[in-house]
Amino acid sequence: MFGKLTIEALPLYSAIAAGGALVTVGGAALVVLIITWLRAWKYLWTEWLTSVDHKRIGVMYIVLALIMLLRGFVDAIMMRTQQAMALNSGGYLPPEHFDQIFSSHGTIMIFFMAMPFMTGLVNLAMPLQIGTRDVAFPFLNSLSLWLSAAGAGLVMVSLVIGKFSTAGWTGYPPYSGIEYNPGVGVDYWIWALLISGVGSTLSGINFVVTILKRRAPGMSLMRMTPFTWTALVTSVLMIFAFPALTVACGLLALDRLLGMHFFTNDHGGNMMNFVNLFWIWGHPEVYILILPAFGVFSEVVSTFARKRLFGYESLVYATAAIGLLSFTVWLHHFFTMGSSATVNAFFGIMTMVIAVPTGVKVFNWLLTMFRGRITFHPSMLFTIGFIVTFVIGGMTGVLLAMPPADFLLHNTTFLVAHFHNMIIPGVLFGYLAGYMYWFPKAFGFKINEPWGVRAFWFWIVGFYLAFMPLYVLGFMGMPRRMEQYNDPAWAPWLMAAAAGAFLILIGIACLAMQVVATFRDRRRDADVTGDPYDGRTLEWATASPPPAYNFAILPQIRDREPLLDMKERGVAWQKPARYEDIEMPKSSAAGVVMGAFAFVLGFAMVWHIWWLVGASALVMWLTMILRSSDDDQEYRLSAAEVARIEEARYRALGSRA
Amino acid sequence: MSTRPGTVAAHGGGGSEAAEIHDQRALGFWLYLMSDAIIFALLFMTYGIMVGNTDGGPTGKDLFSLSNAAYETALLLVSSMTFGFASLAARDGNRGAVLGWLAITFVLGAGFVFLEVREFVGMIGAGAGPDRSGFLSAFFTLVGTHGVHVSTGLIWILIMSGQIMVKGLTLPVTSRLFRLGLFWHFLDIAWVGIFSVVYLPGLM
Repeated sequence: MFGKLTIEALPLYSAIAAGGALVTVGGAALVVLIITWLRAWKYLWTEWLTSVDHKRIGVMYIVLALIMLLRGFVDAIMMRTQQAMALNSGGYLPPEHFDQIFSSHGTIMIFFMAMPFMTGLVNLAMPLQIGTRDVAFPFLNSLSLWLSAAGAGLVMVSLVIGKFSTAGWTGYPPYSGIEYNPGVGVDYWIWALLISGVGSTLSGINFVVTILKRRAPGMSLMRMTPFTWTALVTSVLMIFAFPALTVACGLLALDRLLGMHFFTNDHGGNMMNFVNLFWIWGHPEVYILILPAFGVFSEVVSTFARKRLFGYESLVYATAAIGLLSFTVWLHHFFTMGSSATVNAFFGIMTMVIAVPTGVKVFNWLLTMFRGRITFHPSMLFTIGFIVTFVIGGMTGVLLAMPPADFLLHNTTFLVAHFHNMIIPGVLFGYLAGYMYWFPKAFGFKINEPWGVRAFWFWIVGFYLAFMPLYVLGFMGMPRRMEQYNDPAWAPWLMAAAAGAFLILIGIACLAMQVVATFRDRRRDADVTGDPYDGRTLEWATASPPPAYNFAILPQIRDREPLLDMKERGVAWQKPARYEDIEMPKSSAAGVVMGAFAFVLGFAMVWHIWWLVGASALVMWLTMILRSSDDDQEYRLSAAEVARIEEARYRALGSRA
Repeated sequence: MSTRPGTVAAHGGGGSEAAEIHDQRALGFWLYLMSDAIIFALLFMTYGIMVGNTDGGPTGKDLFSLSNAAYETALLLVSSMTFGFASLAARDGNRGAVLGWLAITFVLGAGFVFLEVREFVGMIGAGAGPDRSGFLSAFFTLVGTHGVHVSTGLIWILIMSGQIMVKGLTLPVTSRLFRLGLFWHFLDIAWVGIFSVVYLPGLM
């Protein structure tokens, strides 16, 4: 009836694990209580959960990302404190638990923090920037969101029922195979990745079609914003890279479920194939995450330096070049696996080559700032902090690109320092900058700046303190993922790193305070213009928050910076002569229902509850068939209704002026 | 192949907006097929590196039957042709003919799945199941993934036939039929790959 699931699955084996489970359950219960207390269930269901509006889906993605950022950070600070105290002692975390924590930290930060954050920002800003009323497939967008949430839910539930994987976020076999890992941890990891991976592939398809087919009249490809360009290249990478993750995880699942021999030690398995498949996805994934952040930096730099982006074309070509080259470097993740020197040399050279277009971008941003009148909005601070820090990370990356150096530094904390040095400033700072930059667009009031500035300083100082020592430790030969150690020379550096993690904790607290302060001051900081920064691109031409249809009349684009162009011609915010009926997609519960049953399906697969696997698959199929047979998926917003909404906006604009 | 089939243009009614929607969905579906093609490519690659890993067990030469693979190929290729006739009938707005050709396509596709399942059952019965060796894991997964796709296509044919019976050849229905066609022909191409990478070299 319940497959492998018994009462033994509750985490009563350790007080810390049980505490984590209690916090998770308590947090979920608290949220449910608050929503019930506010009587917000109906509102939440009709306006948000079933919404197919790209702006709301974007906001929900970002909420998911911020929640998972908290969870992933708790993992991080637990590892740092463990290593700070584990000299010649067991610290406070048993090895089995420590291994779960580093596995879930990486899994969460990549798949359930960075991916949803990126998808959320693209959803929020890209359709506004290209002047469309919605993405090409609004329902699919909702489905993608709920599949991502289902994957995140599986990782969270593993805290309470059963254990998470101990095989690291990359899950290398044969350790992750059934022979060495008979528990459910690896299965949680597999199904969380498979389910959210489908969501990511669908998002990629959705964004590519939206960008290629739904731009406002006059917006040629070379008039798109840099952020839209990076979103396009990232989406192409998502379509072509995620199948590799699906295959890698799928074959591992077959090994574990049906006793196949893809990656086993014996019976003709070949575990090196997994490593190749995983990184054929994994390296493009790095660029999937970082390109949209580059896009954000480009928007932010141009807006807050009050200058046209320097070298737009070179930035576009550099983005496209990175997209292509990202498929030619995956082997540098396993130089030590035993490929021939020629193969290693090829991938080493390609890795150095891909640094070139990235370097081009650094000059784009620097020269945009040069002689600009810079406003130090928190987004701009994160951008400047990124440029400085990222260049350091880039140089250590080029160092690692040399196979002989990699043989020495492989699997040490030098590597850990390197990729955090790319991903924290490159990806996370970019997303935080984008979140603060577009916040007023999503909600109609400005985000609190003082708390944003504080968050920035704690994040960046904390980052240096937490990760620079890891470079040193790497040179001293400390392997990554050590639960305890006996070299006293390492201890001071690990304590410094832990102190850095606590500074980042304060940075996260500042981010939370920023949300509180922003909502407290929402009336004072209201932005009726929809254009709080004297912006240049199209998203600032519409109201904040934008009406469901984004633009009452689709704008005619004549320039790369359409709003600035309209302002200069004196035609910005002009009332149109008349309005037209607008067809908009209806909300749909199908996405959230399919997401919920995807979660059940994954859970049932993990615990081998076969009847539930069949039942939830059937429900998903039926929902999809019903949805796809429904030809009445749009509603018509009458011209009179559009006029009423728009008139209210023009009155607000007028009262301001 | 045109991404704007005659079916939509011929019915005209919805005008350019309907054509645009059809266009977007066609492009989206092409992109999906490309990502699916990557899945097949990686499964082919995996098969390629595991074909020799028989662990002392049976090889392709011991297991494959040329006649069975030939029948499967014939069924699938002919079904692609009959689907083409269904598409042509849809362009002419001939509902009965569309349903007839779809039914024939379904029977041919079901025949293909039957032959494949019979082959699989026979192999497993002879002790050559997917858990026997790395080679057989790769074989069953590559060919089985294709089989699952064909079975999904069969269910989709049933759903589309139902929609055509209930709704007639409306714009949304013919647009969906067009995408089902892309899917069905794509499976043909994948099968040609399987026939020439798995069965032919295995028997040589």
